[in-house]
Amino acid sequence: MARASRRKMFKFGAAAAGGALVAASTRVASAAVPAAPAGPLDDAWGHSLGAGVDDRPYGQPSKYEKDAIRRYVPWLAQSPQADASFTPLQDQPGIITANGYFFERYHAGRISVDPAKWELMIMGLVKTPLLLKLEDLKRFPSVSRIHFLECPANGATEWPAAQLNSIQYTHGLIACAEWTGVKLSTLLNEVGVKPEGKWLLAEGGDGSHLTRSIPLEKAMDDCIVAWGQNGEALRPEQGYPVRLIVPGWQGNQMVKWLRRLEIGTSPWYTHEETASYTELLPNGTALGFTWVAEAKSVISFPCPEKPLTGGPGFYEVRGFAWTGRGKIKAVDVSFDGGVNYTRAALQEPVLDKCMTRFTIPWHWDGKPAMIQSRAIDETGYVQPTIVEARAVMGTAAVYLNNAIQTWNVLADGSVNNVQLG
Amino acid sequence: MFSSAKLFASAAFGTVALGTLAVSAVAVAAPVPAAEPLGYYAIGMTPDAAQIAQWSIAIKPDGSNLPPGSGTVDAGATVYGAECAMCHGTFGEGVDAYPKLVGGVGALKTQKLKTVGSYWPYAPIVYDYINRAMPFYAPRSLSNDQVYAITAYILNLNGIVPDNFVADAKSLAAVKMPNRDGFNFKDPRPLTHDVACMAHCADPKALTVTSDASKSGITPRTTGPVDTMQGTPTK
Ligand code: HEC
Repeated sequence: MARASRRKMFKFGAAAAGGALVAASTRVASAAVPAAPAGPLDDAWGHSLGAGVDDRPYGQPSKYEKDAIRRYVPWLAQSPQADASFTPLQDQPGIITANGYFFERYHAGRISVDPAKWELMIMGLVKTPLLLKLEDLKRFPSVSRIHFLECPANGATEWPAAQLNSIQYTHGLIACAEWTGVKLSTLLNEVGVKPEGKWLLAEGGDGSHLTRSIPLEKAMDDCIVAWGQNGEALRPEQGYPVRLIVPGWQGNQMVKWLRRLEIGTSPWYTHEETASYTELLPNGTALGFTWVAEAKSVISFPCPEKPLTGGPGFYEVRGFAWTGRGKIKAVDVSFDGGVNYTRAALQEPVLDKCMTRFTIPWHWDGKPAMIQSRAIDETGYVQPTIVEARAVMGTAAVYLNNAIQTWNVLADGSVNNVQLG
Repeated sequence: MFSSAKLFASAAFGTVALGTLAVSAVAVAAPVPAAEPLGYYAIGMTPDAAQIAQWSIAIKPDGSNLPPGSGTVDAGATVYGAECAMCHGTFGEGVDAYPKLVGGVGALKTQKLKTVGSYWPYAPIVYDYINRAMPFYAPRSLSNDQVYAITAYILNLNGIVPDNFVADAKSLAAVKMPNRDGFNFKDPRPLTHDVACMAHCADPKALTVTSDASKSGITPRTTGPVDTMQGTPTK
């Protein structure tokens, strides 16, 4: 109430006395806004005819946005068909990742599945096995839910030290989309899981035939057998025509090009949950079945790719937070390397196992600053510093890096990825 | 210019769209039972036993579902040489940055080298993985005997089985891999238990920059076309 009436006063002031008065009434030394240079009202695009509806049957971004693309780190893997590309988080305005930005991770390349030939086999410890065609699957009752999908190797390069000077490469193995599909529980109820059935195996139909074991409890909870992604059919990169969504859990479990679901008594301990996607600890033992993505956040503006270009003055610091354990409760931002924190505003919607946007106003005085964000989720879990995370995981870890990111803002407005000790 | 007929049509379209909106606004929950009973929707086909067997390729650590067939270390060396060595090296040492399949056994703590020999906990899963995913350019192109033979060869290269080992459903299940007990499959996280300190959380004088990525020189470019970084040193 108080805030609303203050905003009204502001508006009234602006209307009555002009912008200069408003600027003066705000706190810090925002210099007066300079006079705009004189110029013609219309540019070339206002003197000509644009393209027609026959020009571009499937839409594309403006040609001026051509830097906003997925990128990869060539020295990370030998083959681009067993590699990952990264989401340009610096160009993502809200919580939805554009389908063309959505990071990729392949184990045998991006295949092209003919939906007319696609089938899903549901078998194992079930009362009536079932074979579904795509049109069959789409007849079941469906849901649409917004969830993030994060590779557990997001931030892997940053375990030993601050190495990649980019939010895209340090945090871009995450994306968030609206998924439409059938709840896995609907299908499992339809086939009837036998009492001794406690685990689900999901198998992909690409050359890697990737398999993951998922406990039945999770399978019956909130998993989705999805065919829709952000207003269109699932993209080939994401497993067209059908992938599994396991909300809040490792991206690797959300098997793409899904072709088979099997119910069994125990886990399969597949390659993807033993030889890889497990974390070798400093003591020589490994963590397996680290399914949940723990709370994490990052400031997406400013960041190395998006420096402060307007000199000292007002900026809105923006970022994303997420947790596989439910909802984000709060995000705190520090401007002094973690000595003091201020609570940021969470932007609606704040959804379960979903990216959440946060913002905080900043009057930058033009001096170097170490900015950080720290997420707190609804379980009370607080995102750790890199020093704390490394104390348990070591410097040679690959997965599970959810440490606080420090961006070092220099006096010229440029931003670098640093780690503090 | 639009003809008046077309204009009329688009006005009519607008009315239809509005009508649809009004209907969906008052729609209530569909009559679906809370938990659908078995076979409630009766959609799809019931596969027969032969079909199910064909789809059923997943193997368990105890060797269950391993298919009939067998292969020797020697036979494996031949198939491996033809199908695998160009990427993984004749002795599993790995060509370029392709995965090494051999080495590091017993040295996970110091060497951190994860290979079939040093890291994988179950021999039947070596069969499972090769059978589902390799060779990389033509997965699922090998016979059961060939997969058994290659599995025997890779285990032998790692010093896990003798030269006269014959891999089959029974013998693979009996192999004890060096890192069999190296995994903790109970997630111990959360591993940190912070409280959200808001003020004076650290001593500002003690804070130092321990690393700065702007000095690393290994970041691919972030503007312009995708950077393929030809010639950059590998990690
Ligand atoms: C064209 C190169 C190529 C060939 C040929 C090839 N592989 Fe691979 N192999 C790969 C790549 C790339 C990966 C990593 C896949 C991934 O990241 O998911 C891999 C992974 C593996 C792994 C898992 C390594 C680990 O520790 O995770 C094994 C085992 C393996 N290959 C065995 C074989 C065998 C056996 C053959 C021959 C039948 C073979 N490969 C042929 C490229 C190849």
